[in-house]
Amino acid sequence: MAVMKKKGDKSLPPISTASLPDVIFMILFFFMVTTTMRDQELLVRYRLPDATEVQKLEKKSLVSYIHIGVPIPQMQAKFGTAPKIQLNDSYKTTKDILDFVAGERDKLNEFDRASMTICLKSDENTRMGIIADVKQELRRANALKISYASSKVLSY
Amino acid sequence: MPINKRKIQEINAGSMADIAFLLLIFFLVATTMNVDTGLVRILPPMPDPNVKQADTDVKERNLLLVFVSGSGNIMAGGQTMDIHLLKDKAKEFILNPFDDENLPEKVNTEIDMPDGSKWVYPVSQGIISLQNTRETSYKVYIMVQNELTRAFNEVRDELAMSKFGEKFAKLEEEQKKVIVKAVPLKISEAEPRKILKK
Repeated sequence: MAVMKKKGDKSLPPISTASLPDVIFMILFFFMVTTTMRDQELLVRYRLPDATEVQKLEKKSLVSYIHIGVPIPQMQAKFGTAPKIQLNDSYKTTKDILDFVAGERDKLNEFDRASMTICLKSDENTRMGIIADVKQELRRANALKISYASSKVLSY
Repeated sequence: MPINKRKIQEINAGSMADIAFLLLIFFLVATTMNVDTGLVRILPPMPDPNVKQADTDVKERNLLLVFVSGSGNIMAGGQTMDIHLLKDKAKEFILNPFDDENLPEKVNTEIDMPDGSKWVYPVSQGIISLQNTRETSYKVYIMVQNELTRAFNEVRDELAMSKFGEKFAKLEEEQKKVIVKAVPLKISEAEPRKILKK
């Protein structure tokens, strides 16, 4: 009986939560360092093709994106399901690529302009026709360094 | 001295964790983590319309034509080919190990080494020409591009291994330049072929 009573009396000391903010801050800093800001809302859906020999794109600030894919379901009523090109935040046609590249180039300082990269994020079910048109426009805009975005797999 | 006697009240730090949580959740929502990866290519510059283009003749032996049809069939060097065999075909084309007369010629080129010396290496003159139709699916196109890149990467790796004793990816910048000069990535991406419907 005596033993039982003793156990009942002893209440556990509360766990100190004083270091909880520090732990959370640590996680916060980890995320702040490893991630980048989401810069645009996607209006197209794509699934990148797989490849094994991919290279990382080094400097994010030098990369401009061209998205090609099927419009998202909310937009399909208006724009249909044919693949569309998205530049910045709206659907565009191949004719707008010249202006887009010029705009992106203006954002960079002169030293970096030569190493500007265009990242083509395109759905794997797209036909090459639209991509060839985009490539022709990029050549015309003199944006020659491109990257075909693809997700890394170890083997097929 | 009544002010000195008064005890400074402790700031309650209980809500600090909540604030930090809020910030954390904000960053989780507003940022992305994925690193962009892809196959990097340099497009040829647009020819000047005012200057008449001199026809650059490429010897037939120096050209490997890879054609991807609309239905996803691959033709390399005049014969249909499985995607898995394409890499070896391309490698054989780049290396030409037995100096076959039907495979690309090599030109001895002097390459500057990082330590200042010269290195003479027979650089292959071969060009892989990748052609497709407008109906070719992007997936197959990337698969073919990937196989061709893999062929070049393997050749570069082997050369880097024999020259510097390291794989290409682990070399110094200067050494990488030497290998790139010895094995240039020559893939020409032509405009799609128009197939006439009869």
